[in-house]
Amino acid sequence: MTSTSTHIDDDETQAALFGMRKEDDRSKFLKAISGTWSFARGYPMGMMGAVIMLILVTMAVIPQLFTPLAVQKADSIIGIHISDRFETPSWDFWFGTNALGRDMYGRLVYGARTAIMIGFGAVILAKLLSTVIGTVSAFFGGWVDNTLQRIVEMVQAIPTLVFLILFVVMLEPRMPDIGPLSSDMLVILLVVAVHSGFVSSRTVRGVALSLREETYVEAAQSLGASDSRIMVRHIVPNLIAYVIVSASLFVGAAVLLESSLSFLGYGVQPPAPSWGRELNEAREELARYPHLAFFPGLFIFATVWSFNMFGDALRDRLDPRLRGST
Amino acid sequence: MLGTTFLVFAMMRLMPGDFTDFLGGDFGALDAETKAIIQASFGLDQNWAVQYVGWIGDLLRGDFGVSVYSGRPISGDLLQRLPITLELGIFAMVINLVIGIPIGIISAVRQFTWYDYTGRAGAIALLAVPNFWIALLAISLAGKYALWAVPSPTYPGLFEDPIANLKFMAFPALLTGAAGAGYQMRFSRTAMLEVMRQDYIRTAWSKGLQERQVILKHGLRNALIPIVTVIGLFLPALIGGTVVIETIYSIPGMGRYFIHALNGRDIFIVQALAVIFTMVVIVSNFLVDIAYSILNPRIRYS
Repeated sequence: MTSTSTHIDDDETQAALFGMRKEDDRSKFLKAISGTWSFARGYPMGMMGAVIMLILVTMAVIPQLFTPLAVQKADSIIGIHISDRFETPSWDFWFGTNALGRDMYGRLVYGARTAIMIGFGAVILAKLLSTVIGTVSAFFGGWVDNTLQRIVEMVQAIPTLVFLILFVVMLEPRMPDIGPLSSDMLVILLVVAVHSGFVSSRTVRGVALSLREETYVEAAQSLGASDSRIMVRHIVPNLIAYVIVSASLFVGAAVLLESSLSFLGYGVQPPAPSWGRELNEAREELARYPHLAFFPGLFIFATVWSFNMFGDALRDRLDPRLRGST
Repeated sequence: MLGTTFLVFAMMRLMPGDFTDFLGGDFGALDAETKAIIQASFGLDQNWAVQYVGWIGDLLRGDFGVSVYSGRPISGDLLQRLPITLELGIFAMVINLVIGIPIGIISAVRQFTWYDYTGRAGAIALLAVPNFWIALLAISLAGKYALWAVPSPTYPGLFEDPIANLKFMAFPALLTGAAGAGYQMRFSRTAMLEVMRQDYIRTAWSKGLQERQVILKHGLRNALIPIVTVIGLFLPALIGGTVVIETIYSIPGMGRYFIHALNGRDIFIVQALAVIFTMVVIVSNFLVDIAYSILNPRIRYS
């Protein structure tokens, strides 16, 4: 989906630049197909990642598609069914049932929504924040840069998980529920976003610093463009490729952080389904029912892996200069 | 540094609920008056500024305060736990380097061969695998098939029973280390690739030097500079990793201490630990800077 959109963007900018007639929709569509195809051929692993990613996103949006009739009722996922406790995987319960008799397969499918919501939300917020901090810091320099960088260093010095846990515990009861996001999910999303926003603003600042020295910025300045105009019109657009690539690579990390927090008990609160939480609960009955620990982890692994693979391929495609950097 | 202490301090004071909520135990919650008396006995009734200055003063004198439950000084508990986490951390770091750097180098030197592809796929898998999942699977398998990695219920001391200790620590350390090894591999590979394209490497080849010498002496030496910086970046994640792994394996180290203290709102312990973790990161970053200037004489800090 992404390689195609860049193609279209390129065409649009070209059309705008050279005053060409915009291509009609049909050839755009063909372009999109051929763009996807060439992406798939050039980066088979990336395409595989993209496919798994799409499945997961669909799972998050319409989980009903994936659950057979028997478990479509929300009841088998949230309710308590003592008679069905600890079923081993069977035709009725594909992945077995947990301590409360809840269907594991259904819970994991519905868990995709939690993971994807927090993952995407955190990434979008984090990248916005890091772009703003990085650009402002690089552009103004002086005391603004100094203050912001000291704050970034402060955040960086505290071990990630310790930082996240402390802030989640502190903020959780003070958060409202917003729409599908309950307060516990919201707080994880925000804390992960703020942490990563600050930490990754460092690299954005580095890129923005080099952009500030470009002649076109100087030209804009000499034409009397205001600071905010230069930042928004000249620096940020040139950062976009970098930000998109780093965002696609960070979704996996955000999902992993969410599940770590949930696993330690500071994350998503029951009865909402969360993969990390599911693993935490599986610990209690590990010796007898190891399958309860196997499947949630597999979902986390597949999610993080697919996002990383896709992000990697995307980076190679969009910005070959960044190839191989972590 | 001072900023972090302030941040940590403020967070602890803003934390909802406090240890007096837990003190009542089976006899129900304490009434407000009793709570206030207990809080006052720890100086928590004074205003924040006084508390903060007092705490910093104590820290500088090496006094971390006492646990609100046991009344034992925290420094004593720390002395017991610090070596355990340090052992875990050092093993993990060694494993991270031993797995990460050689594979990264092989993958760079033999770029676009099966070594390279396998190495890279492995690195990406390592990045994606949640280590607490592997830990749980390992424990459950060990329980079923009686492998030697069964976590023993108690932690054997390193000096009392070295073999049991190593057996106990091997798997947790492997898992903590492997988590970062993926990054290490990818980074070493990139660094090495960059170096192998330089002119002086071509010179070394054309002088007719052996492959080993070209790679290790001319290549690795220069690639080490960026690699060392990653070690510094890896530390905050490593500490987080020990928190998770210590919880799973019931290792009585700093990570588990932290989680326990936090759940009981034992604020002085949480404060002290957060500051120590941060100090470890800052000091090691400083060491990385020093190592940097040794490895690369072109950099001089003025």
